Amino acid sequence: MTERIKKIIDTESILPGKSQSGMLHNIEVFTDRYKFILGVILAAALVVLPFVMGDQYLLTVTVKIGAYAILAMGLNILTGYTGLVSLGHAGFVAIGAYTASLLSVNAGADFFTSTLAGMVVAGLVGVLLGLPTLKVTGTYLSIITLGFGEIIKMIAMNWSSVTNGTLGVKNIPKPEIFGIEMTVGNYGMYYLMLALVVLTAVFCLMVVRSKTGRAFQAIRADEMASTMMGINITGYKILAFVISACICALGGSLYATVIGYIDPNTFNFDVSTLILSIVILGGMGTIRGMFVGAAILIAFPEVSRFLMEYRFVLYGVILVIMMRFRPQGILGWKSTLPYKLNSKVRAEIEKIEAEEKEGD
Amino acid sequence: MKLKKRKVIDVSKELLLEVNNITKRFGGIVAVDNVSIKVNKGEVVSIIGPNGAGKTTVFNMLTGVYEVDAGTIVFKGEEIQNKKPKHIVEAGISRTFQNIRLFSDLRVIENVLIGAHIKTDYNFFQSVFRTKKFRQQEDEKLVEVIKLLKSIGLDHRRDDYASNLPYGDQRKLEITRAIATGAELILLDEPAAGMNPQESAELMAFIRHLKNEGYTILMIEHDMSVVMNISDKIYVIDHGKPIAEGLPAEIANNPKVIEAYLGGVHNDAGDK
Repeated sequence: MTERIKKIIDTESILPGKSQSGMLHNIEVFTDRYKFILGVILAAALVVLPFVMGDQYLLTVTVKIGAYAILAMGLNILTGYTGLVSLGHAGFVAIGAYTASLLSVNAGADFFTSTLAGMVVAGLVGVLLGLPTLKVTGTYLSIITLGFGEIIKMIAMNWSSVTNGTLGVKNIPKPEIFGIEMTVGNYGMYYLMLALVVLTAVFCLMVVRSKTGRAFQAIRADEMASTMMGINITGYKILAFVISACICALGGSLYATVIGYIDPNTFNFDVSTLILSIVILGGMGTIRGMFVGAAILIAFPEVSRFLMEYRFVLYGVILVIMMRFRPQGILGWKSTLPYKLNSKVRAEIEKIEAEEKEGD
Repeated sequence: MKLKKRKVIDVSKELLLEVNNITKRFGGIVAVDNVSIKVNKGEVVSIIGPNGAGKTTVFNMLTGVYEVDAGTIVFKGEEIQNKKPKHIVEAGISRTFQNIRLFSDLRVIENVLIGAHIKTDYNFFQSVFRTKKFRQQEDEKLVEVIKLLKSIGLDHRRDDYASNLPYGDQRKLEITRAIATGAELILLDEPAAGMNPQESAELMAFIRHLKNEGYTILMIEHDMSVVMNISDKIYVIDHGKPIAEGLPAEIANNPKVIEAYLGGVHNDAGDK
């Protein structure tokens, strides 16, 4: 009997009455079915990648892709999920990078402590930047964030006694674990990046798949309706700003230690737009998209070096074509799979349905 | 004026919402002028009036979107005027909108889960670390939401995106989402707007079903066949002022109401 009911539920749960449009659905079903095996293969590939690659330069680019994936995941919480477009996220990256670098250069703090400090400072600034969302929305908010990014850059440039002004911060120490320095050369930096990317991705996933994430998406879809659901709009918007700022500070700190040198121009407006482009290209409101977006947009300038300055023309053309034919981003599709219910909930539902059947 | 002195005779019913002489001014314009409404538990009460009469403004005051300039709103014995929307939802009032406002790029089940937001009891850190409390709460709410969808007859659409539902189901979903907040009083702002006769007949059956389930409904509606058929009581507002209240039969024959609707000298365009 339960077998039969299970069968009915299984067939019903594949979205009844809706024709499943081809390839995308098949890919989704495939990845969902074999997600464990695919995950293991991907993990193994990522672990052995530096040995296969071997090349210092390629590895540095890979680490840079990882750092930008973290930044994109940070902005994605704010722009992709909550629907607030920020044009000044380089500001948070700068705060993270400067706080962490200055602490480790001047006070000798280790990477993890200084990064944490950078995240805390960025988080606090995130609250401050989030406060205008009480009154300002849409384009106007974007302009405020644009101003914010410039202000941070100006502070970094002019507060010479602390930030060393336009000369920047040099010789940023590499992170150490058990006294072993992690560099690109000994693959340590790569694995550190990998660990931080995984950590960030898991964190984002946990946030998104909770009432917090649902509240973010509700705010993006319809603020008025969200208010009427009892969602504290201002509170959640500020929370989105804080989460986003902290993640970007983490990415900034990682970036600073990879490159080993930062100055105010490392965090100009181009960085803000680059992060935003990654989010849009990869697929707003998806986490998977951030990796693809970062990989394409960071690797592209390196791959197309032979085109010299013309590569920026091509870069622009790609984005335009993208906007025309796939505005939702490369991996920005709505899932065609049924909403995931865990076994406990499924059992409960089956019980209710069985009772209903008996009642008939 | 005599109308106001008349006491509600039926004391067997429990008073759920009592709106006393609320007034709202926008600059020099008095959008709502001394409107009073009483809603008993389990009733379906309608507010009608020509376009621009101030009905939606009343709703916006009830839900905390607008501040009340004068008067009181008492819900379950507690004054709720000028409270934040969040507190009003928590107190047990929820609403739908004149033009459907669903979270259209989210699934049906997610829409209703967002409705259950204030009842979902865990904090941010509990969700990040996936504690026992988080899992318990999420599972519990999912089951509750699916049960609710089943009772409303939308469960077969659970996995669909809200924007893909037919119009009538979108209305139903919006009402379901309002119910999911745990509300006792549901405010419906023109639920039958844009519906064909068959759809509005279905809607009527649905509202009756809700009434039987014990929900109390206060609605704004233009479709007279709906209003006259399911209302226990009707309030008529014109130019922000209350002009009549009573049973459907009384309202249908009230000369003031007929004048407001048919013979009105003033004619405002646009709602609100």
